[in-house]
Amino acid sequence: MKIGVFVCHCGSNIAGTVDVAKVAEAAKAMPDVAFASDTMYACSEPGQEGIIKAIQEKGLDGAVVASCTPRMHGPTFMRTVARAGLNPYMFEMANIREHVSWIGRNKEANTRKAIDLVKMAVAKLGQNRPLYPKTFAVNKRVLVIGGGVAGIQAALDCAEGGLDVVLVEKTSSIGGKMAKLDKTFPTVDCSSCILGPKMVDVAQHPRITLHASSEVEDVFGYVGNFQVEVRKKAPYVDWKACTGCGACMEKCPAKKSPDPFNELVGRTTAINIPFPQAIPKKASIDPTACIRFKTGKCGVCAKICPTKAIRYDQQDEMVTEEVGAIVAATGYDLMDWTVYGQYGAGRYPDVVTSLQYERMLSASGPTGGHIKRPSDGREPKNVVFIQCVGSRDPSVGRPYCTGFCCMYTAKQAVLTKDHIPDSQSYVFYMDIRAPGKMYDEFTRRAVEEYGTQYVRGRVSMVYPMGDKLVVRGADTLAGTQVEVLADLVVLAVGAEGAKGSPHLAEKLRISYDSYGFFMEGHPKLKPVETNTAGVYLAGCSQGPKDIPTSVAQGSAAAAKVLGLFSKDQLQSDPQVAKVDLKRCVGCMKCALTCPFGAIKELETRGEMKVEVIETVCQGCGICTSTCRQGAIQLQNFTDNQILAEVNALLLTAEEEGA
Amino acid sequence: MTGKIRYAYYPGCSGQGTSVEYDTSTRAVCAALDIELVDIPDWNCCGSSPAHTVDHHLSAALSCRNLAQAAQVEGARGVITPCPSCLSNLKTSARRMADPDFAARVNKLLDKPLRHIPPVKSVLQALFEDVGPDALYPRVFKRLEGLKLAPYYGCIMNRPPQIMEFDDHEHPVAMDRLLEAVGATALPFPLKVECCGASYGVARQDIVERLSGRLLDAAAACGADAFVTACPLCQMNLDLRQDQINAANKTGHRIPVFYYTQLLGLALGLDPKALGLDKLAVSPRDVLAAVGVRA
Ligand SMILES: Cc1cc2nc3c(=O)[nH]c(=O)nc-3n(C[C@H](O)[C@H](O)[C@H](O)COP(=O)(O)OP(=O)(O)OC[C@H]3O[C@@H](n4cnc5c(N)ncnc54)[C@H](O)[C@@H]3O)c2cc1C
Ligand code: SF4
Ligand code: SF4
Repeated sequence: MKIGVFVCHCGSNIAGTVDVAKVAEAAKAMPDVAFASDTMYACSEPGQEGIIKAIQEKGLDGAVVASCTPRMHGPTFMRTVARAGLNPYMFEMANIREHVSWIGRNKEANTRKAIDLVKMAVAKLGQNRPLYPKTFAVNKRVLVIGGGVAGIQAALDCAEGGLDVVLVEKTSSIGGKMAKLDKTFPTVDCSSCILGPKMVDVAQHPRITLHASSEVEDVFGYVGNFQVEVRKKAPYVDWKACTGCGACMEKCPAKKSPDPFNELVGRTTAINIPFPQAIPKKASIDPTACIRFKTGKCGVCAKICPTKAIRYDQQDEMVTEEVGAIVAATGYDLMDWTVYGQYGAGRYPDVVTSLQYERMLSASGPTGGHIKRPSDGREPKNVVFIQCVGSRDPSVGRPYCTGFCCMYTAKQAVLTKDHIPDSQSYVFYMDIRAPGKMYDEFTRRAVEEYGTQYVRGRVSMVYPMGDKLVVRGADTLAGTQVEVLADLVVLAVGAEGAKGSPHLAEKLRISYDSYGFFMEGHPKLKPVETNTAGVYLAGCSQGPKDIPTSVAQGSAAAAKVLGLFSKDQLQSDPQVAKVDLKRCVGCMKCALTCPFGAIKELETRGEMKVEVIETVCQGCGICTSTCRQGAIQLQNFTDNQILAEVNALLLTAEEEGA
Repeated sequence: MTGKIRYAYYPGCSGQGTSVEYDTSTRAVCAALDIELVDIPDWNCCGSSPAHTVDHHLSAALSCRNLAQAAQVEGARGVITPCPSCLSNLKTSARRMADPDFAARVNKLLDKPLRHIPPVKSVLQALFEDVGPDALYPRVFKRLEGLKLAPYYGCIMNRPPQIMEFDDHEHPVAMDRLLEAVGATALPFPLKVECCGASYGVARQDIVERLSGRLLDAAAACGADAFVTACPLCQMNLDLRQDQINAANKTGHRIPVFYYTQLLGLALGLDPKALGLDKLAVSPRDVLAAVGVRA
């Protein structure tokens, strides 16, 4: 075999602490190496051309590139090798940047280690065999999880692109947080007026199937061919029959039931349609509040319903959806701010969250758009906004900036003045983060035109004094302590990943961070992809962001799906497990350990053996370490290949030691 | 609660002087509730206010000597003290001894190195956790029905939370629960853990007048008949200086400032003399008479 070795400088990234020329020189002496050189940027166009030229001119059978991590450029160089006419798996990478130059400063030791890594790669490549991908058909339907504005945008764009879309929403209506907002910054236009039509489009689009009050229970399969189990939670109303007339709501006697849509500011009926523009506009019963469910008495709604739609004995329903791609757009939730004992930890009724305040501002909200103190219904005059409650605060485990609170606080201060002209708003802030288009201008307007008093400093304590609240904090610009007597305090509570998102992430086999946000494939270059092929992200499920950015990401996810589905056939990764039927004794140990269920029984000539479903296998290799017979091998990571690497390393050590 | 509980007791210097009534009422209440207090033999200053401002090692050595002496009390569950300041220094020192370098320097200052560090609690924590409000209820001799109290924990009884490890550091409730168990009303006093400024008592009287003034105003705004404290310094500050604070702020508060042990003692029917009610500067007589307690 004739092998070529290409040692990359990566500018000074590698060459700064590794003697690359020496590594290339050492490579020339390795078995099977027919060519070795060092190159400034192996990944650049001249770099790749150099590799191709060497392969063709020297008639090489394979190439080793010693450079950065294979995560960064593995696929790049596989394409290079393929362009030179070789099988792309006749290629190995030695990571001499992350594993060498970036972690040590001793040039001599680094150079030795780099040579060792190259030696191992060369030894492995000597055992490589060409591998060929299989092709399989794509199911061109897409599942969108979460019906907030990001999910709505993704669903509509996919549907407009000609795809069939399944939209699964946890609550009884789509719209997400945006449906709860009164106005939106920086234009202060009505939130439901711009979202409403999009919601209607979803309802009316012939290509969109909407499952509201539903959750993803399980996900099987792989890119192009997912099977998704969806649990449709019983609304105790036959939604096919319900016309959304609302007669039941008028008569339901359980009028003091918790109202999650209004963030528990107001109360609602046990049977309800969450808000007038809800999509689907269907009633559902909250069994924890319903008198009939609790005591067996009542049943008023069943009597009143003109279409006889009420079904107290309805059960959850499971449906299986087959799709080729999934967009996760589950959004965010406000963190549990009651960890802030100094702000009352939920004990003071006149300390509310930003989202509660948004409902109080909304004309369709529980107070009809009048700002009223929850404690006594009076109109507040002094309103204090406290920013960064659960953002940028490592002491409560929330070190990150939520990003949109500065802006919505300015918006709410402006709206407060609009609603109550003789009111005065105060904003305690750390610093103002307003980097969007027209954003800084907007926060300035809040100060200059609406007279909002901005105080730079954290609030140390809020406590009631008579019927007012004392807000005590620091003014770090004036260098003094300040106290403001407030009628109402609004906490700009930070965002975290939606409740239950880690569970969903595990079902989707994607990563999530410690705050419940899903992890993108690459922080810069793969912002909507995940590390699982065919699963994409949109909106706040990936991290807090405002509406424009959520919408943009929704469209980006749709574009990715359309791109994926532009091919009729996809190629599977051939780096999967393979069974040597002669060695397999059919003990099934591998099948028990496979986390993806990719191994199934196979009967050949009356004997039990196993078989790998190539499209399901993720190439994790757990099975290969389980099999005592050595019968199941991971392609491109066979025992022989790994042993060759180990031998290359240890035999050298022995020689040197001798 | 079963059987007797024994603790090594650290009275602290204030218990011998400025707050003897805290000390005597603590002893009386504990005795009545079957908690046996054995004074730490030959105890010394805990090193809290003067020493810890100068030298952490010296301060820890003073505390650690007490902890070592406490080891001589057989069968004790640990060390308890009524004073939050002593508590703070004992607990902080114990925590610092986990650092081997620190421990080595402190042990050099001690006659015998401290080997075993016993658990340290406040008397309040012991009463709350070892006896508890439920067990208190049936023992009440005179329910303090109608007595509206502002429970005031002070700024160091529960803070810093990583060291004190008891109750909520922003909104503690242990004292509230014990007082409710004996029939009194614990008002939702919002400034439970605010500083009264006592440590500035000598240097900056204006700060005391402002901070303590705020506490008195808040208690009055809540409609409190009296303060209840668990700290000798807070008690002295609010009680003894009340006239001074009134004069500075042009207010006319007359709010008695009890130790919670005094009120628990009254409810348990203990001899008022042992509870030292006569030591309070703002007389509690009227407030107590209003709920039918003669003191
Ligand atoms: C008080 C406040 C005011 C704001 N004002 C503005 C503003 O004026 N302008 C602006 O640009 N931004 C504003 N924002 C930010 C805005 O809310 C977000 O940018 C936007 O809602 C993000 O949309 P999303 O679709 O990503 O998430 P969401 O709106 O959170 O939607 C997610 C959806 O997914 C659903 N879901 C969650 N988990 C699951 C699951 N497991 N299965 C199925 N469905 C699930 C949820 O029920 C929800 O419907 C504000 C935020 C707050 C808190
Ligand atoms: S359940 Fe019946 S009454 Fe209620 S909204 Fe639907 S159709 Fe109207
Ligand atoms: S049965 Fe339940 S939902 Fe229907 S009217 Fe009665 S309380 Fe309301």
